[in-house]
Amino acid sequence: MTEAMGSVETTISLNGAQVTGHAPADTTLLRWLREQAHAYEVKEGCNEGTCGTCTVLVDGRATTGCTTLAVQVAGGEVETSVSLSDGDELSPLQTRFWEAGAAQCGFCTQGMLMSAVELLRSGDEVTPTTVREHLHGNLCRCTGYQAIVDAVVRAAEEGATR
Amino acid sequence: MTDTVRDHVRRPTRVVNTSVLRNDAREKLLGRTRYAGDLDVAGQLHARLVRSPVPSARIVAKDASAALAIPGVVAVLFGEDVPNNEIPTNTAGIKGRPLPPSWVLATDRVRYHGEPVALVVAANLRALAAGEAAVEVEYDLLPVVSDPERALEPDGPEVHEGGNLLSQWEIDRGDVDAAFADADVVVEGRYEAQVVDHAYLEPETGVGWLDDEGVINIRVSTQEIEHYRRIAHVVGLTDSKVRVQAPYLGGGFGGKEDMTVEPYIALAVQRTGRPVKMTWTRQESLTARAKRHPVRMSYRTAATADGRLLAHDIEVVSDAGAYPLLSGFVLLYITLNAAGPYRCDNVRVRSRAAYTNNTPGSAFRGFGGMQPVLGYEAQIDKVADATGRDRVEVRKRNAFTAGDRIPAGQRIDTAVWLPQCIDAVLERIGPRPEPSSPDHRVGLGLACNVQPYGRVAWMNDSASAWVGCERNGDVVVRCGVPDVGGGQVSSLAQIAAEVLHVPMDKVTVHFGDSARTPLAGRTTATRQLYMSGNAVLAAARVLRARLVEGVARGSGHAESALTLAEGGVITPDGVVPLAEVVMMCLANGVAINAMETYFAPTGPPVAQRIDAERIVPDFTFGAHAAYVEVDTRTGAVRPLRYVAAHDVGRAINPASVRGQIEGAVVQGLGYALSERIVYDEGVNLTGAFYQYAVPTAADCPEIEVVVLESGEGVGPFNARGIGEPPIGPCAATIASAIEDAVGVRPTTLPMLAERVRACIDERAQS
Repeated sequence: MTEAMGSVETTISLNGAQVTGHAPADTTLLRWLREQAHAYEVKEGCNEGTCGTCTVLVDGRATTGCTTLAVQVAGGEVETSVSLSDGDELSPLQTRFWEAGAAQCGFCTQGMLMSAVELLRSGDEVTPTTVREHLHGNLCRCTGYQAIVDAVVRAAEEGATR
Repeated sequence: MTDTVRDHVRRPTRVVNTSVLRNDAREKLLGRTRYAGDLDVAGQLHARLVRSPVPSARIVAKDASAALAIPGVVAVLFGEDVPNNEIPTNTAGIKGRPLPPSWVLATDRVRYHGEPVALVVAANLRALAAGEAAVEVEYDLLPVVSDPERALEPDGPEVHEGGNLLSQWEIDRGDVDAAFADADVVVEGRYEAQVVDHAYLEPETGVGWLDDEGVINIRVSTQEIEHYRRIAHVVGLTDSKVRVQAPYLGGGFGGKEDMTVEPYIALAVQRTGRPVKMTWTRQESLTARAKRHPVRMSYRTAATADGRLLAHDIEVVSDAGAYPLLSGFVLLYITLNAAGPYRCDNVRVRSRAAYTNNTPGSAFRGFGGMQPVLGYEAQIDKVADATGRDRVEVRKRNAFTAGDRIPAGQRIDTAVWLPQCIDAVLERIGPRPEPSSPDHRVGLGLACNVQPYGRVAWMNDSASAWVGCERNGDVVVRCGVPDVGGGQVSSLAQIAAEVLHVPMDKVTVHFGDSARTPLAGRTTATRQLYMSGNAVLAAARVLRARLVEGVARGSGHAESALTLAEGGVITPDGVVPLAEVVMMCLANGVAINAMETYFAPTGPPVAQRIDAERIVPDFTFGAHAAYVEVDTRTGAVRPLRYVAAHDVGRAINPASVRGQIEGAVVQGLGYALSERIVYDEGVNLTGAFYQYAVPTAADCPEIEVVVLESGEGVGPFNARGIGEPPIGPCAATIASAIEDAVGVRPTTLPMLAERVRACIDERAQS
C-alpha cells in the first residue's frame, strides 16, 4: 500500500540497520515492518492488540506492532525475532524452543520469542509462574503453552538473553 | 483377540518412535517460514468481501457504480457475475432430499450475519476499504430464527425452502424400552454446549496468479488442496486449470477444511488477469467463518445395581446455522459417539440438525466426537453415584474391549486401553492441592473419550506418495499433505528415513501442491498420519526393494544376500554407499523411485439409520484428570493441574504426540471455561478478538501427558491418530472436578463463573 498523499518518511533502526520507509502517517508499525521493511517474520493475528502475534521490541520493550504507529517509533530501535539467531545458528532461546517442541504451527512463535526475550533481559526471576504471567499477552492456539514455558525456564537457567 | 489385529510385534526402530526434532521447526524459529500471507506477488491487487450486516433479508437492490468510481477500485463482482455461483453440497443430509447449495456470493437472499454479497478488487488496501464501504446493497429484512428447536417447529421461519431439518440420524440397537423396564437405576440429564471459534492465530489468507499455462495458481492457508476442483467449477474452468498450494499453516483445527478465500481469489484473478491477494481480518473471521456446532443433548441411562450399563436413550439437537457445509457429517459423528467408549447393548439415539440464521457450523477438531463427551461422562458418573459404586470402577467395568461392537454396529478391531489410560492419569495427577483460602474448594475430575480417526468408509479414502533417491543418495518424498502445524511433514520424513536407513536430514519432503505432489487428501479427520503415513511407508518399502534389486543385478549377488542398512546396501563384498546404489539401479534398468497409494477400508453408505460393519477405520481412546479450584463466592474456576493419557498405538514422534495433546487440552479448557460466540437474534456480537476468551498462558495449569503405546493401530508402525482425540475429554473433566469440589455439576458450557455460582446457589437453596 503506497500513496503519495500524506506519505511520511520514517527511519527506524531495525535489528541494527537503519531502514527508511515512506508510508501514510497512520500506518501501523506492523504494516510498516512488513510492507516497507519486508520484515515478514512479524505476523498479523488480530490487528487489535489482543493476540500478541506481532510483538517486537521497541527500545527494548515488548510492543504490539498493530497498536503502534510507525511514526511513533521514528528514530527508535526495533528488534524482531530474526535478530536473535546468528545466521543459520539458532539462538539459545530458539534452541530451547526447538528442543521443547515449543513451535508447532509457528505462527505465534515470533511474538512469543520477543516477549520471552524481554523477560530474559529484565533480570526478574524466571519461574514457570513468572513466565506464564509475562507471556499472558501472547496467545498460542496449538502448543498448550507447556513446552513454551519449559523452554523459557530452561533458557533462563543457562543465562540466555536471546 | 480378533483376527484383524495388526502385527504388533515391536521391531526396534531407529528414527520412528523417537522424539526427533521436527524438521519444520528450525525454519519457523528462524522466522523464515513463508506462510500464505507472507508472499506478495509483483503487481498484485487486493480483494475483500462485502458481507451482509443482517442475518436474514431479501436483497432488493445492488449498485457498484459509486464503488467503481473510486480511484484504485478495479472491479466489483456480485453473484450474477460468478460463472458458477452455486457450490454444490454433497454432505450427508436427509435420505431422498437434496440439500440446498451454498453460494459464492448471495444473489437475492442472505441467511446469516456476514454472508458474502460482493467481491471488491482494488489496487491498494485504502481503495479497497473505500470500495467496500461504497458498494450499495439494499436489504428487506425477513424473520430471523436463531434457536434450532424453534426452527424445527412447524411454524418456524424457513431458512431454506422445504423446512429447517437439515439432517437426522438414528441408532436403534437392542431393546431399549425393555432394558429400561428391567433396570435397577435410571439416571437422566440435559447438557448444552455453545458455539466456539477455531481462533487459529493465522487468519484466512492467500494469493493467486495466472501462470504461463493459463492455470490459476493459489497459494493459500488451507487444510485441503483438493478444493482445486471446486474452485475450477466456480470459475468455469476444467479441474486441471486450477492449482492450489498449501505452505505451512498457522493452525487449522477444521476451520480451513471448507474453502475460505480460494474461490474469491480465483474469481478476481480471472476477472482482472492480475495477481490478487485476499486476507480476512480477524474480526471478519470471528463474525462469519464457520464455527463448532452448539448442541442440546438429553440423556436417559439405565444400569444394573452393580453399575453395568443397560441402555441409553439419547436425543440431540444441533444448530447447523444457515448452510449445510459439513453439518450432516458432524451430526453423524455426534450420533456415532453419543454413548462413548462404553459397552451398551441397548441404545437409541435420535439426532437432528436444524438450519437457523446463525453462522454456519462445520468442522472443528473433534468433529462431533467432541460434544457428547459432556453427556456420556456425566451419565456414567450418575450411574456410579446412583449405584453407590466408584466412578473409576464403573468406567473400567463398562469400557469397551477389542472385539466389542459400538452401538452403530462396527466391531472394534484393535486394543482398547481405556483402563490403562485411567490408571495412568490417576497415578500421575498427584496429591490433592490445598485450597488457597477457606472460600475455595479443590476438586478432582476424571473423564474418558473415544474418537474415530480416518474418514467414513463410504468416502473411499486414499492417499498417494512418491519416494525417490537423488543421485547423491538423498531421499525425496513428494506427498500432497497440507501441514497444519501438527508435524505432518516431519512425520513423513521420519517414516522415509526409517525404512531407507538414512538420517532425517537427508530427507526432503515436498508437500501440499495439487499439481506437483501426489494427492493425499485433506488434513482433517485425524487422517493424515494414518493415510499419507501408510502411503509413504508403502512407497519407501517398494523403493527399498528396488535399491536392493539394483545392487543384486549390478553385483550378481542374490537379493537374499543383500540388506539395506545405514550407509548403503551391505553385500558379501562390503557396503555399497547409497549414491553408488542409485547409479547401479540406473545402470541396470531399476527405478530409483516408487509411488504407492494407500486405500482405507471401505463400506457402503449409511443412510439415516446407522447400523454397519464398517463406518470408520479405527478409534483412539483416552482419559484425562484434573484438579480445579473453585471460588465459592464468585464461582470462578481455576484449573490447578492437568494430566492426559491416550493410547496412540505407537508414537511416530513422542514429542509431537505430547505437543498435540497439550495443545488440545488448552483448546479444550477454553471450550470448558471461557470461549463462546454470542448471538442476539442471529447477529453475531463477538466481532472482536478481545471479546473471545482464548486461554492465555496465565490461565492454564501445568499439563502432563502420558503417551501409552498398545502397539495396535491401523496407521504406519501401528500408530493411531492423535490430532483430534485429546480435545474431547476436557470439558467433562472440568465439570467432574467442579462437582467434586462443590457438589454440583454444571451442565452448560462454557462453565463461566456466574453459571457455576448459580449452580452453587441452587444447591444451597435445595
